Amino acid sequence: MERYSPAARSDRYGSRINRTQSPLRASIVPYASILIGSLVPFVLLADVMPLAPPLGFLVLIAWRIMRPGLLPLWVGVPLGAFDDLFSGQPFGSAVLLWSLTMIALEMIETRFPWRGFWQDWFSAGLAIVLYIFAAMAVSGAAPTIHQLIAAVPQVLLSVLLYPIISRMIAWLDRYRLSRSRRIG
Amino acid sequence: MAPNSSRRSGHSRRAQYSVFTGYLLAGIGALIGAGLLVISYWQPSAFADLRGAATDVAAPAGEGAAVVRGGSDSFWDRITAYYQAGQQNAALREEVEIARIRLAEAEAVEQENIRLKGLLGLSVTETEPVAVARLVGSSSTSSRRFAYLGAGRDDGVEIGMSVRSARGVVGRVLEVSRSSSRILLLTDSESVLPVRRATDETVAFAEGRGDGLLRIRLINLGINPLEVGDIFLTSGAGGYYRPGVAVAILSEKTNDGGIARLIADPSATDFVSVEPLWQPEAVESADTPIELELAE
Repeated sequence: MERYSPAARSDRYGSRINRTQSPLRASIVPYASILIGSLVPFVLLADVMPLAPPLGFLVLIAWRIMRPGLLPLWVGVPLGAFDDLFSGQPFGSAVLLWSLTMIALEMIETRFPWRGFWQDWFSAGLAIVLYIFAAMAVSGAAPTIHQLIAAVPQVLLSVLLYPIISRMIAWLDRYRLSRSRRIG
Repeated sequence: MAPNSSRRSGHSRRAQYSVFTGYLLAGIGALIGAGLLVISYWQPSAFADLRGAATDVAAPAGEGAAVVRGGSDSFWDRITAYYQAGQQNAALREEVEIARIRLAEAEAVEQENIRLKGLLGLSVTETEPVAVARLVGSSSTSSRRFAYLGAGRDDGVEIGMSVRSARGVVGRVLEVSRSSSRILLLTDSESVLPVRRATDETVAFAEGRGDGLLRIRLINLGINPLEVGDIFLTSGAGGYYRPGVAVAILSEKTNDGGIARLIADPSATDFVSVEPLWQPEAVESADTPIELELAE
């Protein structure tokens, strides 16, 4: 009898024999990662100027760009409301800005359906820059020139962090779809 | 990579409707967000309870992070201390000698103080802190500067109380929930604090700039008497802060005052203490509209 190579029985999501994906894991992982992303900057102490990248937002757009259609278009409302509870922004700012981001990314995708790494990074970077300055505009305090200058390191860090975040989301996506449930 | 072909609606009426509904819901979501934002501006405390409950839940995680932060600080300190031990030793010895002299002087001043207070019939008032707690978190992504404290209403913290570390003023309590509270840090661009120069009675306002520095704005304009290196203390005006607590040190002179750096860096402090309102009557009367006052 011909023997199959053991590697042929599995793919990147694990063994293909008597294993299946867990629907619970597949649906929870994206949302859980975004919520954790919103919470992480809360426990960092930045007293001098905004330094931490808006991690919840970064994870949201990374999921949105990597898995189009996974998150519904209106997902900015509940996730943004959660982010607002911890971000220190007036309540409603992330609800508004995250919803607008979801609509904008959907429109960009309809307009330019063929895309690659550089375009993804460009659109994500644009979204991050606009988001940080828009969040500053709705923060409830009149923006000063000093605040704008102080935000530059944060903006740069966030834009440069995006490719790393998207790699991490790709890893999470593999984890999300790995065949963990044993059948039979 | 092109998006899934299943995401294109094509001629399917059902798919077209679902795309339309998606846009519609997202648009309504954005409008809801705008509405909530307007409510937040109009009634800043409208969502305070919601936010407070969320912070209460997240505070223990922040507490853990605060412990780690404290630990890592001392870890780095320990490493750098090895490199600087020799020169530090010499510097410290010199400093101790000066400190002994100053201590003797201070004892004399204290003696004199007691005598003078006895003459005036004043009792010695030492403010007891309401609570001592860790800073558990901050708004590190927002352009506003808030911190969250691991003590709340249950510990006796109330809105308006001042928060200080061992080095100086950190900020003021803005919102209180059961076991946590939100603090407006001095560096926030909406924070204004009445201060005076340590050496004389030059009064000024210390306003946060939003980039970590404070703008010292003199009340009496004229020739700018400030010098780089001047230390500013709370003046007690307004009634929120006890007078004589260190705030900032001047680093740059401008036409109408200067730019100052904070003395109490919240991220370097382990524990902070919440102090009661210094003059509750003054705060209350400042909050009362003049029409109401006249009507009484």
